[in-house]
Amino acid sequence: MLLWLIVGWVGFCLVPWYGVEDGFFSFVWLFEGYPFDSDYAPALFLLFQGEKTWLLPLVLFLLGPLQAMAKPRSDPAHARLLIIYGALGFGWLIAQGFAIGISGWQFGWLESLFGPLGDRQFGMGYGAMLVASAFLFVFTQGIAARGAVNGDIFVVGAIGFIIAIVTVFVFYPILSMLSSAFITQDNAYSISVFFEKFTDKRLWGLACLSGGRCGAAWNSLVLAILVGALTTILGLIFALVVTRTGFRFKRGLRAMTVLPIITPPFVIGLAIILLFGLSGSVTQFVADVFGIAPTRWIYGMPGVLIAQILAFTPIAFLVLIGVVEGVSPSMEEAAQTLRASKWDTFRTVSLPLMRPGIANAFLLGFIESMADFGNPLVLGGNFDVLSTEIFFAIVGAQYDQGRAAILALVLLAFTLAAFYAQRFWLGKKSYTTMTGKGDSGVHPHLPKRLAIPVFAIAGVWTIFTATIYVMIFYGSVVELWGVNNALTFKHYLTAFSLKMGENGLLWTGSAWDSFWTTLQIAAISAPLTAAVGLVTAYLLTRQKFAGKNAFEFGTMLSFAIPGTVIGVSYILAFNVPPIEITGTGIILVVSFIFRNMPVGVRAGIASMSQLDKSLDESSLTLGANSWQTFLHVILPLLKPAILAALVYSFVRAMTAISAVIFLVSAEYNMATSYIIGRVENNDYGLAIAYSTTLIMVMLAAVGLLQILVGRTNVGRRLDQSRTNVTAHTKPIG
Amino acid sequence: MTATHNSKAASVSFRNVTKVYGGDVRAVGNISVDIAAGTLVTLLGPSGCGKTTTLRLIAGLEMSTSGTITIGDNDVTNLPATDRDVSMVFQSYALFPHMSVLENVSYGLKFSGFNKAESKERALAGLKLVGLDGYDSRLPSELSGGQQQRVAVARALVLEPQVLLFDEPLSNLDAKLRRQVREEIREIQQTLGLTVVYVTHDQEEALAVSDRIIVMNNATIAQDGTPRELYDAPANRFVADFIGEANIMACEISAVAVDVAQVKLGDIHLNLPSRGLHSGPAFLAVRPNRVIVDVPGVANSIPGSIVRLTYVGNHLEYTLETTHGELFATSSDVESKLKVGDPVAVRFAEKGPVLLRD
Ligand SMILES: Nc1ncnc2c1ncn2[C@@H]1O[C@H](COP(=O)(O)OP(=O)(O)O)[C@@H](O)[C@H]1O
Ligand SMILES: [Mg+2]
Repeated sequence: MLLWLIVGWVGFCLVPWYGVEDGFFSFVWLFEGYPFDSDYAPALFLLFQGEKTWLLPLVLFLLGPLQAMAKPRSDPAHARLLIIYGALGFGWLIAQGFAIGISGWQFGWLESLFGPLGDRQFGMGYGAMLVASAFLFVFTQGIAARGAVNGDIFVVGAIGFIIAIVTVFVFYPILSMLSSAFITQDNAYSISVFFEKFTDKRLWGLACLSGGRCGAAWNSLVLAILVGALTTILGLIFALVVTRTGFRFKRGLRAMTVLPIITPPFVIGLAIILLFGLSGSVTQFVADVFGIAPTRWIYGMPGVLIAQILAFTPIAFLVLIGVVEGVSPSMEEAAQTLRASKWDTFRTVSLPLMRPGIANAFLLGFIESMADFGNPLVLGGNFDVLSTEIFFAIVGAQYDQGRAAILALVLLAFTLAAFYAQRFWLGKKSYTTMTGKGDSGVHPHLPKRLAIPVFAIAGVWTIFTATIYVMIFYGSVVELWGVNNALTFKHYLTAFSLKMGENGLLWTGSAWDSFWTTLQIAAISAPLTAAVGLVTAYLLTRQKFAGKNAFEFGTMLSFAIPGTVIGVSYILAFNVPPIEITGTGIILVVSFIFRNMPVGVRAGIASMSQLDKSLDESSLTLGANSWQTFLHVILPLLKPAILAALVYSFVRAMTAISAVIFLVSAEYNMATSYIIGRVENNDYGLAIAYSTTLIMVMLAAVGLLQILVGRTNVGRRLDQSRTNVTAHTKPIG
Repeated sequence: MTATHNSKAASVSFRNVTKVYGGDVRAVGNISVDIAAGTLVTLLGPSGCGKTTTLRLIAGLEMSTSGTITIGDNDVTNLPATDRDVSMVFQSYALFPHMSVLENVSYGLKFSGFNKAESKERALAGLKLVGLDGYDSRLPSELSGGQQQRVAVARALVLEPQVLLFDEPLSNLDAKLRRQVREEIREIQQTLGLTVVYVTHDQEEALAVSDRIIVMNNATIAQDGTPRELYDAPANRFVADFIGEANIMACEISAVAVDVAQVKLGDIHLNLPSRGLHSGPAFLAVRPNRVIVDVPGVANSIPGSIVRLTYVGNHLEYTLETTHGELFATSSDVESKLKVGDPVAVRFAEKGPVLLRD
């Protein structure tokens, strides 16, 4: 309590109130006129200098809670005061932020009410941020003191915090973007424009059934369902191979499935063209040997489908591996002792227990496909999908924000429908399998009739993936693909050369700038993403509170929105005060956090729903509070989920393109947008070389993360049990 | 009642406590009860009667819908679990699978302000108390069911809580172990003078360990008393039936004078404590071992015949058909020459029958 008030006062009196031009992590302001220069001054100093007088009421709201602290916690007045002052302070902060902008009053009616304002303000900075958090937590402590969620300060605070950041960084930009769905070219609101654009044939047409082109909405939907189903099946197959067979090369397979996830999406698209395009290697080979004339069959649905399956199966795998490992062996052993054969056990026990994982994997595949932008761009041909249509609506000659917004609405409707279908399928059943009883025993092996097709599919897929990566690597060391096949390292040298200059090392390669920025942004955003995601998952699985469904919906929403939309909406919303972060590194970090957080949430939910609630409860009755319980009991048991969330968000931050392309600036250029730039200049060699380097770096990073996070040993007695020992399989590891 | 007295053990009291789940499931209905410090009290009742809910209300894992709960002198009604000085042994044990036995047992100590060395010392002492010294570095998955159970007990014990709760702690153990562990729990409770609330659905277990038993049925208290009181004088049909076996028979109260009722059951005339009943039809409960099988014609008896007769080693079990319905009786006279079909007279031992309140 006191802590947050102190934070609030520090924010008000000590640090600059407004955003500092030089960036969030730069501290030059300390030496340039602080604390009197009005660009760097804390709110208190501004007030003393007679500026920004509208900040004055905040003093009152910051003093108020002291009054509450004088009263005991059980006194209802204590809670009431905290709520009132927290809400008023937070509300005032927001209201003044929106009311007063760069050129004084933001709204005409305010100006006519109070007369012109001789002052103005910029985007909020450290000071405003600290004061806002102080008000927020004063408010949540008031709510907790009133007995919400058993009066648990940590839980109420965490809920409040997540709601606040999701509102600011998801709802606010999306709403400001959607409001433009009703705006005509000359800035007036109109409903008819909305309907005209919504019923467009390019969106809902069904001409492809009779040989024409179908609407983007149908294309996206069919593609997403196929991708969701196929990636889930493939992901499950790999998870089963790794956990339930005597397969020797598990580690290799794991690495193999991780490869596509650490590949910038359009690179897979490019490699597929190198293989199956008109002058692709496979196409040429088939033409030579069988005399089949090369066609452009790969452009369109087939190509996009293949590329997306390659790209998203690993996500399904990462989600499913945790669930497949989490199924308590004793349940499977119990089934076997009940005379179920291995196949029956798998069908009636293992598979149903994996249902949450399967549902989650499908949902992720579906949404990823809907939101994917790189592959349809490279391989789509005449196959229009929503995400690319949105891009062209904004970037193309049409520049039609309204159309983009409407397309985004349709996309959102599809993803939300999938979300609810998933919840309906899972129903209210409990899938808890890890109880507080130390579980010993091991997973049974797959039944033969399943093992053979599983191995076959995994094998084919693995060979295919391997080929793709060989192509990528080969492409990076070829002078000019298809024209001059001489081997060369010149692309790498252009990008990453180093020279010894007079003042030490010179980073002369053209790619270094974007490379370091990318690494830095990814390293900052990954832990933040994982943290926010897992705390959210904890709240969703472990706590009961009013409005939980709305809360879940809100936290998953950003995932259903394609990067393109996020990019555009962020630019629209955060270009002007009160939050002015366009062109900074912060906007990139923030966009990554909110785009990737849902994966952390899903992975967390899937694993946490397998931890019996009595584990938390016994920790609570042993005197740990809910934060300590989260830290000591939940987190260590969630290491697989943490790793998945960290890896995913790190890698996503390094490979994402769709949102990034709108948000980069000269100072903060990211690797992917640099590469796309090279592709546009037909500099494929450099683009592929850079991509290959990124892949290597990410491989190293993923390995490092694996070591850092470590494993939690919950003890399985042996790696193999007697039931598993067969003639050909031998235990490994 | 207890051998030594623990300074921390505290009483628990419920005043009109009700717990409603989700608006319509009434798991605990308007319960008032006092549990004295330093005693072991069991909550006994059939599955679904609200025992676990009552226990969780004491622990602070559920918040009561109405009523007040006090532990010692403190009103804890609105206090969450963390802030109550209560620990609980879960039916599933809820051992943290990623922590060693020692880490599990010292878990709560860590949050009670003990330093590392102290925590370890106390945890080891706790393990010793439950007979698990030497197992401290194992993972829960490397222990047998009984050992896991002891770890769970030790983990709760070392905190020296005001109240210690057990939710069907023996349900995962085999019969032999069950008897042994329940005796150990009782012994530890008595030597440390702990207040223990113990949930079970097994009446034998309840009778064996408790200072007092609270019998629950349909979210309310059916009867509350010492094992002896419950056994000898069940208040109602439900308790009579649930604790031990009982023959329940319709009878007639002809008059009541100064708490003594004159009861008539066929040719049997009895003077019994009236327990607040008035003249009119009533019910009588008789334990099987208080039903005496005698030769036909004795006074104060009802006629009947033997339907079934079973020899079970240390006693005989009779099923009798009488003019007042079927009766179940046991007799320690294993040398009896009676056989199935023989006519008999049935009478009751003195202090055998009790009137039921409802
Ligand atoms: N979380 C819950 N939500 C709804 N109903 C519940 C919940 N927990 C228990 N109940 C209901 O409350 C009643 C009492 O449950 P419980 O206290 O667990 O009984 P028991 O005596 O077997 O331990 C049961 O009818 C049960 O269905
Ligand atoms: Mg129960």
